[in-house]
Formats: sequence, structure tokens, C-alpha cells
Amino acid sequence: MAQVALRLKVNGVEHEALVEPRLTLADFLRTDLGLTGTHLGCEHGVCGACTVLLDGEAVRSCLLFAVQTEGHEVITIEGMAQGEELHPIQEAFWEQHGLQCGFCTPGFILSAYNLLQENAQPSEEEIQAAISGNLCRCTGYQSIVASVKAAAEKLQLQRES
Amino acid sequence: MKPAVFDYHAPAIVQEAVELLQRYGEDATVLAGGQSLVPLMNLRLSRPGHVVDLNGVPELDYLTVDGEGIVVGATTRQRTLERSDTVRDLCPLLWRAMPLVGHFQVRNRGTVGGSLAHADPASELPAVALVLQAEVGVVGPTGRRDVKAEDFFIDAYTTALDSAEIVEHVRFPSLPGGTGTAILEVARREGDFAMAGVAASLTLDPEGLCSSARLALFGVGPTPVRVIKAERILEGRAITEELVGEAAAMAVQDLDPSSDVHASAAYRKRVAGVLVRRAIAEALARATGEQT
Ligand SMILES: Cc1cc2nc3c(=O)[nH]c(=O)nc-3n(C[C@H](O)[C@H](O)[C@H](O)COP(=O)(O)OP(=O)(O)OC[C@H]3O[C@@H](n4cnc5c(N)ncnc54)[C@H](O)[C@@H]3O)c2cc1C
Ligand code: FES
Ligand code: FES
Repeated sequence: MAQVALRLKVNGVEHEALVEPRLTLADFLRTDLGLTGTHLGCEHGVCGACTVLLDGEAVRSCLLFAVQTEGHEVITIEGMAQGEELHPIQEAFWEQHGLQCGFCTPGFILSAYNLLQENAQPSEEEIQAAISGNLCRCTGYQSIVASVKAAAEKLQLQRES
Repeated sequence: MKPAVFDYHAPAIVQEAVELLQRYGEDATVLAGGQSLVPLMNLRLSRPGHVVDLNGVPELDYLTVDGEGIVVGATTRQRTLERSDTVRDLCPLLWRAMPLVGHFQVRNRGTVGGSLAHADPASELPAVALVLQAEVGVVGPTGRRDVKAEDFFIDAYTTALDSAEIVEHVRFPSLPGGTGTAILEVARREGDFAMAGVAASLTLDPEGLCSSARLALFGVGPTPVRVIKAERILEGRAITEELVGEAAAMAVQDLDPSSDVHASAAYRKRVAGVLVRRAIAEALARATGEQT
């Protein structure tokens, strides 16, 4: 099978690889790069567990072929913390019990990241709309909405200081 | 790996894309946002041997305004329209439809041309195109042609496109003064495809009579359905609550929606009637300036 050369940046690091065109970005991240924090729930665009940032925008990595990311930049959940220090959104999810089993969490955090970048102080309704594309089978969503609110406050404090 | 094996092509210009489609015929598929195609490929319901990716064709990604309306390049992302003040001001119906199309993560990739070419019976954009009398600019091996929205949607997931043709742009004509629009739908969850929905546009003349009405339902038939008999009830008259009820009843009278796991036919029809009533009222309030 014809393989295609691929160059992209993931979490700030340049990668080069040979991939089959049918390899999704999600599978590339998980199997070729070992970044298994990107989770696969449905693999057809419905659950949002596979959400990553492509050039800063939240997208479903199960609906992108790795070859399409040639020359682009991807951020996964592994790219959020700075060493031992959690990202403020991760901290907020931890403090507000925004996760139980944690399967959906990477997707929620990256969706929240994109939301909060565009809208620093979203209303509860705006938060609900923004996370409507991410499914969680554990929490009942209330604590996730609270986490995103808390994350917005943390980021606001961070900007002010 | 989920999808079947394929060869990947990333043309840089439209002409090259058309040539690839012509060369590989039925075995080739265009990839735009991938938000409908890739799920089908992952499930192997679609197994193209050649995928022609339009994402590297810059000439398809634009939004321009001219004297007659706005023109949107085929691969312009849905999210770009949602964020555009130009679209909000000049084509409010299109702008209001955007948040109803899936979730923002889906709209970050999904394209305007892809939505029209995919022609899902429950999708919003085909109905909007129909109401706004949009024209779909198509390019193929024999050149370019413009297809009116009313001639573009043939059946569920079937359009007037030939296999080597691609959507190049969509033109949405400006609306005359005194026009109000609305789009409403009912879906199981936020971002889901509609179980029933309606797009509406009403124009009032200086005397306040309805000079033109356009109503298109979606999710209730294989293509978006324009309900001309209901439009006729409104046209030439002062729109009263009674008239709105009459038009709504007429709009659903001949509908024949199908039943599926999401909703029964009877439910869809019932909901469609209510939505038509509300959409006319909302469009009217906007036409008179009572509502923004
Ligand atoms: C979870 C989820 C929810 C969704 N909810 C909705 C919804 O509520 N409403 C809605 O309308 N859509 C919804 N969608 C679909 C989404 O809006 C898609 O963006 C859209 O249907 C297809 O656009 P695309 O650019 O992704 O096209 P693709 O998936 O890339 O292509 C779809 C089809 O169109 C063809 N095509 C694409 N572009 C062109 C072109 N320029 N010329 C010729 N053929 C072309 C392709 O060959 C393919 O057959 C949803 C998707 C997901 C994953
Ligand atoms: S795994 Fe990608 S959306 Fe479910
Ligand atoms: S925490 Fe278990 S699915 Fe969300």
C-alpha cells in the first residue's frame, strides 16, 4: 500500500512519518506517536472523545486523515500541562469533579480550551452549547459546566496577574 | 484502520481537482470538511478508491460581497460564516442557520459546499438555499454552470452534480427591504439533525401586505420541501394570526414524512406545523422591525 510522507507539529514537537492515507489523525496520534490521551469512543464523529486542536481549533481527530495535517500544528491533551503543572482548565476539572471515569475528559478539556479562547466569559447557555458535541456517560454534565465556569475564572485571574 | 484503502490526492487548483475526478470516475470522491464523508468511510459504507481533498485549494475558500448578494466559496467553513458580521448583516437567515448545523467542533471543519453536495434530507443549508433562491456555481470537465437551488436537490443525498463536477461557490442574493427571515427546528439534542425544521422568508410592501413569502421544510421528506400552497395563502394579504394558522395547516397537509428511530411520521408532521406557525410569526416580526 502506498505510504505518504507526513510532517507536522504535535504539542510543539516536529514529527516526520510515513503513513497510509486511510490512517486517521486519531490513530496516528495513538499508535504512531503513543499519545493515547486522545480517546476514541465512536470513530464516526458523534462522541467528541477524540477532540484535538488543529491550528488552535477544536476538531474531531477521527474525522481527519493524518495526511491532511501535513504542515499543520496539532495539540492533544498531553500538550496542555506544563511539566508537573496542570493547565488551569485541567485544574478546574479536578477541583470541580468534572470527571469520573475520565474517558471523555480530554475531549471536554480541548473543547473548553477553544471556547474560552474565543469567549473568555461564556454564559451557562454558551457553555452548554459548546460542550453539546462531547458525550459523557458518567457525570451528568453539571459538574462539567461548573468546571468550565471555574476554568474561565482561573484564566481571567491568570490574565490579570 | 477503519476506512478501506484509497489513494490520496491533494490538488492545488480547481482544474486539477476536476481532472482527477474525470480520470477516476465513479471510484473518486471529493473530500471537503469530512464531517459526513469520513464517518461513512470509517463505517465502510463509502469505499472510494481515490479521495480528492479540496482543503488545499485556496481559490475555493472565500466570502465576498457584490451588488447582488454574497458569494461563498465551496470550502468556506461553516464556522467562518457563523463568525462573520457580513453574513449576519447581509444574509441573516444563513447566519442564524449556522449554530443549528452540528456542534462547533463539526463546524470548524464542515463546509458550505459539502453541506449542499451531501444533501442530507434533515440538513439546514439546503432549505436555506431554497428559501433564499441561492445559485450553486458548479465546475466540471465541460466548464461552468449555475444551478438554481430549486433544481439542485433531486432526492435524499442526491444532487444535480455529475460525478466529475464539484461545487465551486454558492451565491445568496440580497433580500429586498421589508424582509424578515427565520429558521426553527426540533432535534433530539442540541446539534443533532432535525426531526423537523423550517426556514422562512417574508417580504412586506410599504402598505404592510405580504408581497412575497417563501417557506421550506426540512427533515420531513427526501429533499427540502418548498410549500408553495402555503406561501400563496400569505401573499398579497395582511398577515393575521388566523392567516398564519391557515398557512401552517396548508404547509403540512401534503407532507409525507417517514418514521424512523428518531421520530414517527405523525410526530414530525405535527411538529412541522407548529414550527411553520412560529417561523412565520418570527419572520413577520423581523420584517416589521419589532424583532431583530
Ligand atoms: C456529530 C455531527 C452532527 C452533525 N449535525 C448536522 C446537522 O445538524 N445539520 C447538518 O446539516 N449537518 C450536520 N452534520 C454534517 C456536517 O454539517 C457536514 O459538514 C456536512 O454535511 C458536509 O460537509 P463537509 O464539508 O464536511 O463535507 P464532506 O463530509 O467532506 O463531504 C460530504 C459529501 O459531499 C461531497 N462534497 C463535499 N464538497 C463538495 C464540493 N465542493 N463539490 C462536490 N461535492 C462535494 C463529498 O464528496 C461527500 O460525498 C453533522 C456532522 C456530525 C459529525
Ligand atoms: S471518536 Fe471521534 S467523535 Fe467519537
Ligand atoms: S467521566 Fe466517564 S464518560 Fe465522562
